Parts: sequence; structure tokens; C-alpha cells
Amino acid sequence: MADIAGRLREVFVTTLELDEGTDVENLAYREIEAWDSVGHMTLVAAIEDEFDVQLDTDQVIDLSSFRVAVDLLRSLLSEDVPVHD
Amino acid sequence: MTGTLTHAEREARLLPALVELTAHHRAHCAAYDRILTALGTPDTFGRIADLPWLPVRLFKERELASVGADEVFKVLTSSGTTGGAPSRIVLDRAAAAEQPRRLAEALRPVLGSRRLPMLVVDTPSVIGNRRSFSARGAGVLGMAAFGRDHVYALDEHERPDAEAVTRFLRRHGHTPFLVFGFTFLVWQYLYPLAREHSLDLSQGILVHSGGWKKLADLAVDNAEFRRRLAADTGLRRVHNYYGMVEQIGTVFVEGPSGGALYCPDFADVVIRDPVTWAEQPLGEPGVIEVVSTLPRSYPGHVLLTEDLGVCHGIDDGDWPGKRFSVLGRLPKAEVRGCSDTYAGAAA
Repeated sequence: MADIAGRLREVFVTTLELDEGTDVENLAYREIEAWDSVGHMTLVAAIEDEFDVQLDTDQVIDLSSFRVAVDLLRSLLSEDVPVHD
Repeated sequence: MTGTLTHAEREARLLPALVELTAHHRAHCAAYDRILTALGTPDTFGRIADLPWLPVRLFKERELASVGADEVFKVLTSSGTTGGAPSRIVLDRAAAAEQPRRLAEALRPVLGSRRLPMLVVDTPSVIGNRRSFSARGAGVLGMAAFGRDHVYALDEHERPDAEAVTRFLRRHGHTPFLVFGFTFLVWQYLYPLAREHSLDLSQGILVHSGGWKKLADLAVDNAEFRRRLAADTGLRRVHNYYGMVEQIGTVFVEGPSGGALYCPDFADVVIRDPVTWAEQPLGEPGVIEVVSTLPRSYPGHVLLTEDLGVCHGIDDGDWPGKRFSVLGRLPKAEVRGCSDTYAGAAA
């Protein structure tokens, strides 16, 4: 599962054209110029491509930070994997 | 959602929230409190229609905020249709986050929760300058979250892009897709393009807004707009909506059978006599007051618009609640008188 955060980090860095030293883990929507409403739609499309998922409207609207994105992807992807006790 | 509450349920649910909001704005916006004090506004209200309203024009004349200067996250501006000073609408972070959620709530009965492939009836250059959007650009971006695989129907020079539209339809035209644009752009560009190329838009859901004045110049009204789209392109799911920057996030959506708008569950309208300001009976045109529980960062929860409208009925249409239409802009002089009263009181 740690892989999700890593891949997501890559998507954020590439899509939003972030500098090397950017604190991606603490990034929030609209806190930097690149992650504005235009950047948001590009980011959503890139996340969907990378993880082969489709986000619904509420998920797009609620995707307000990198951490939220990690949690969302974890929950979306774990649904496909059977969980054993 | 839009229109799941009957009028009585809506009144019962919204009134306490609006009374609380009125007190909240009095406590946090000194100018608003001065206006209400000058008007002798009571603290208790029996009905939504009893609540004090501000004329929308006031937001062009002064910046009214119920958040501290350090909490301001974004100031929305709009010059309106007549030009002049722009309205200034102050949002804090919470308000900016809440606004798209409510928009989604209002549009859910029409669009569902899945994002549909989206044909934007506009040019990509409306969002070209990321630092400063026009009202059109802001409208497109506000809707973008409802769609996927966005394709623009007009090119950079605002000419219809037949190839882009054809490609979009080849890929997505066989399942439901979203078409969004300003009314006059749909009429002026998409409709003739669809006719000329015999495009099949029958799986489309059109959401459109604004620009009836421009359409009136082209001599087409809402009924004709719907009839021609259905007959010539197969586009039958057509929803106009009414909303304004001064109550951003609150939209009143046209029902499936057309010709009337409905209120989302967190909003209402009151049609007022332009002389006495009393609520008009059903069927009598008057000034539209828009009421919404959304505005918390600025005192815009009860606004008297400069639009003329009529309430046709209550709980008797496609969706419960008030069923109303927008008839057009109010002749300017009448509202200016009212606005001066408020501006004077606020000074």
C-alpha cells in the first residue's frame, strides 16, 4: 500500500510541475498556484490514468489535499482486493 | 438535492437556519448590522419572507464580509450585465470548499453522481488566463468537476470546431454525456453546427445558463430553444439554470419538462411586488428575492435581485417546492431607489 503514496507523489510532481524540494505530503488544494481549479482537473485526469480508476463528482470536489488523495486511492483500490482476517 | 422538500418542509427546515445566519452576519459584519438596525429589523421572524434582504447592488458598492481580513481566501468579482463597478464577494476557506459541494447537490437530480464525458460549448481560451477568469471562464471551471474527457466545441477564435465535436460524439455519443455552455453560445454555435452535420445529441444532457437577453435579440425564447434542439438534434434533456455570483454555489435548475425553475433544498425564492415589496400571489410577476443557507462568509443569504420573475405554483411541478420563471431584468430606476435607501442606511 505504501506504493500508492509513492505513485501518487509522482503524479502530483509531474502534473503540477512541482520543484524538487516541494513538501508534497502536506500539499493542499489552492495553496500553490499550480494546484488551482485548472490544475485540479488535470490532476484528477492524471490520477485516473495512473490508477485506472474513475472518481465521481463528490470525490473530485473533496480531493482537497495530497493526504486526502492517498486515503481515497487506498480505499478505492482496496475494494478490488479481497480482505482476509 | 434540488426539490426533494415540499414548500412546508423547506420553510420549516430553512427558517431556523436563516435566522441563525442573520444573527451570525449581524454579529460579524458591522455594516450589515448597521443596515438592519437602521431598518428597525426585529430579531424574530415567522416566515422566510419576513427576513430582511439586501439588494444585490449593495455588493457592487461596498465589500461586505463576515470574516476577518486575515481569513479572506478568495474575492469573487463580477461586473454583471450592465458593466460598472463589479460585485465583490468574500469567501473564506470553508466557504470556498462548501460552494462546489452545494452546486453538486443542486445538480445531482439532473447529472447523477458519476462524471459524464463533457462537451463544453465554449473556447478553451476562456480559461486561458489562469490568474483572471471572466464570468464565462468561472462558469466553465465550476462545472468542470461534473465532467470527464472535456472537449471544447469552439476553437481558440471562438469558431465552431466541427472536427472536435464529431470526434467527441464518435467516442462518447452512444452513452449519456454532459453538454455545458452559455445559452447564447449553444444557440449560436452548437445548434447550427449540429444541424449542418446532422449530429445526434440524443444522449446529451444540456446544462445552460445566462444570456437570454442575447437570445431575445435573436428572437428565440426558452420554449422555442427546447423545441428546436429536440426536433433537430435529438437533445431533449435540457436544463437551464439561474444563479448569480452574489450567491455563488446556489443554482435554481429547470425541471425535466421545461419552462420552470426549482429551488435546491437549501434555498428558496420570494417574488416581491416592486412597489410595496409584499410577497406577490402566484402568477403575479415581481422582483426575485433569492434565499440560501449557503452564504456564511458574507451577508448574502437573503438577496433582492434586479431580475423580474413569477412563481407559477407550489408543490405542483416536476419537483416539490416553488416553481418559477425568470422574466428578465428589472427596469433600472426602480431598483436604484431601493438600493440608495440601503446605501444611505449603511453609511
